[in-house]
Amino acid sequence: MRFAFTDDQVAFRDAVRDLLAKECTPEVVRAAWPDGTDAHGARKGEGSRADESRVDAVWSALADMGVLGVGVSEANGGLGLSELDWVLLAEETGYASVPHPFVETACVVAPLLDDTGDPHEVLGALVDGSRQAGALPLGSTLVPWGNAVTYLVSLDHRSIADPAWVARRVEGGIAVGDKPDSRRTQADTMDSSRHVVQLGAWSTDAGFADAAVAQRAFDRGALATAAQLVGLGRRMLDLTVEYVSERRQFGVPVGSQQAVKHQLADAAKQLRFAAPAVYGAAWALSVDDEDAARAVSTAKALASDAARLTARTALQCHGAIGYTVEYDLHLYLKRAESLVRAWGDAGWHRRRVAASLGI
Amino acid sequence: MDLTWSAAEHAFRDEVRAWLDTELPAWRTRHDDRILSGDTAEGFAQHLDWERTLFDAGWAVVSWPKAYGGREASRWEWLIFEEEYYRAGGPQRVTQNGIFLLAPTVFEFGTPEQQAHILPRMASGEDLWCQGWSEPNAGSDLASLTCKATRDDERGGWVLDGQKTWTTRGAFCTHLFGMFRTEPGSERHKGISYLLVPLDLDGITVRGFGRLDGDEGFAEVFFDGTFVPDDALPGGVVLGEVGQGWSVAMATTSSERGLTLRSPGRFTATADRLVDLYRQRASHGGEDAVLRDQVAQGWMEAEAYRLQTLQTVTDDAEGRPLGAGSSFVKLWWSELDVKLHETALDILGPDAELDSPWSKGWQFALSGPIYAGTNEIQRNIAAERVLGLPRK
Repeated sequence: MRFAFTDDQVAFRDAVRDLLAKECTPEVVRAAWPDGTDAHGARKGEGSRADESRVDAVWSALADMGVLGVGVSEANGGLGLSELDWVLLAEETGYASVPHPFVETACVVAPLLDDTGDPHEVLGALVDGSRQAGALPLGSTLVPWGNAVTYLVSLDHRSIADPAWVARRVEGGIAVGDKPDSRRTQADTMDSSRHVVQLGAWSTDAGFADAAVAQRAFDRGALATAAQLVGLGRRMLDLTVEYVSERRQFGVPVGSQQAVKHQLADAAKQLRFAAPAVYGAAWALSVDDEDAARAVSTAKALASDAARLTARTALQCHGAIGYTVEYDLHLYLKRAESLVRAWGDAGWHRRRVAASLGI
Repeated sequence: MDLTWSAAEHAFRDEVRAWLDTELPAWRTRHDDRILSGDTAEGFAQHLDWERTLFDAGWAVVSWPKAYGGREASRWEWLIFEEEYYRAGGPQRVTQNGIFLLAPTVFEFGTPEQQAHILPRMASGEDLWCQGWSEPNAGSDLASLTCKATRDDERGGWVLDGQKTWTTRGAFCTHLFGMFRTEPGSERHKGISYLLVPLDLDGITVRGFGRLDGDEGFAEVFFDGTFVPDDALPGGVVLGEVGQGWSVAMATTSSERGLTLRSPGRFTATADRLVDLYRQRASHGGEDAVLRDQVAQGWMEAEAYRLQTLQTVTDDAEGRPLGAGSSFVKLWWSELDVKLHETALDILGPDAELDSPWSKGWQFALSGPIYAGTNEIQRNIAAERVLGLPRK
């Protein structure tokens, strides 16, 4: 029994953390938001923006570090590591709110293609960062970073009658709002740095992975998203602790008031107990534990609820400054709320846990 | 990361389970299958019989040195013991305040003579220790305590005056460990000493009173010029140095809140019983999506506590102590216990009003957010010492 990461795993995490602290600052995340006004006239991307080229540079930097191939075998150009090795990296990509499909590309699709012999010969391009992948889990029609994704799979149960998991390649799709001359239209969304494209119709192949492999791909997506939510929660908590320690009202820092302290302690508590569930699930997946799916669902449910509570708490403790476009909090708050429901919301995962307990 | 148990740990689990499966029913049979609450006079005697059964077989204090009645079990084995103990339906330990609260302090601050006398007699249930910290006007603000101990060099001892209260099972115990002001005129955390007091001395009045659940689990203890001779206990009646009582007492509270007092086994067992309770209801046509969701939530939170504890024990073993983070743990288990029992009462429906282990357990769970430092105090500690928020 040992519940801790190895020195190598922690060192890898630290390297990615340092990289993202430098390359994926709030100004870079904001640069991934559309400039100017959206279709409804809202000025969502207002504030201090980095040069747009820095957004793509984040992805290249992750590729250069080998992070995009972390879950791919060495034979296929990856690092040959497991969920246990990348779960902390996923958490860091959440902390930095990386505006790229890290979960989909590095944690779900690349390992899935690695497991299935790379039937469509795209794995090399995913690992070297030249292509990005997307995934549609549980009947979702939303493709995050649909402006850039050039390889897409769906992950679902076969049908209501046949609960076996199946991975299918999405071969062609029509986005909602498509004009005749364009294939893709970015939807107006809460977190515009996600560049969501909504598919109105699409076709798929018959499926290319066996049920266990497809389920594992789904569980990796839920796990990686749970890890990102823990990271996002920590970011929002850090921002808030810093702010309430400096902001003074009634002659004292607002963070010295118990009403503020207690809310933040509660948010921190939920994150501190979600995190071990996430790490435990990573271990369970990495050793193919018989209860791995339940562990993943426990992690995603707890992380979703913890992140949502932390987002609300962070905003409340900031007061009005947090409710502005220019202040950074919303970059993380909206990302968190988008991920709370991605890859199954807390309720979906609780039902999965209940079913596994025989109730 | 390796979340599997070794062959030796599996064997340890099997041994614990087999022993409990034999001895728990035997204990109940000895008392005509009518086990009362350990927080009543009659029930306390029954539970003392159980404590001695545990001690005779070496299960009373598994992690202690063999010389004091333990079996030198590792922290992992201790967790396994706790899981099995509560899974088997083992009763609450009436000796817990000595074993979990006083003993860690004796191990850290006691002289060899004190350790040799106090620990084996505590493990065997021969001496029964209660906690004398809170006072009528010193609860959350414990440092405002006013009970005093005045030095009497002529007679060689201390003279105690004042009142302690909320002393759990005080009416049934033989000894009290408490904090007393030994420096006249001292304030707050200074001038306090940690004293060990036999309760059969002249000038001590112990009055038991009922808790919310009706059991006589509380006591107030009055000291009226009570003389405690230095040799009332071998090695003396002061634990640690005179005047250092506050730091002596606080040195081990983190372990109490964070690990030893309420191990995950207790809550994972309750969560498993909750799953069974819902299954029974559902099998009689009582399926309910909301209750099922709450049961799953309770099960997950107990599981998260188990995983968090595995992390804590690993970190502690590798030199990364939990410290003030233990306040988060106390918040977690105390709130979890209330939620698990509330859900159980909802599953039972109108019948929940009838006395049952669940209704009794719910009433006890309500005390969790209050004892061992209220949850408001824990939130202050967590916010200030872990998150680094400014003090008032």
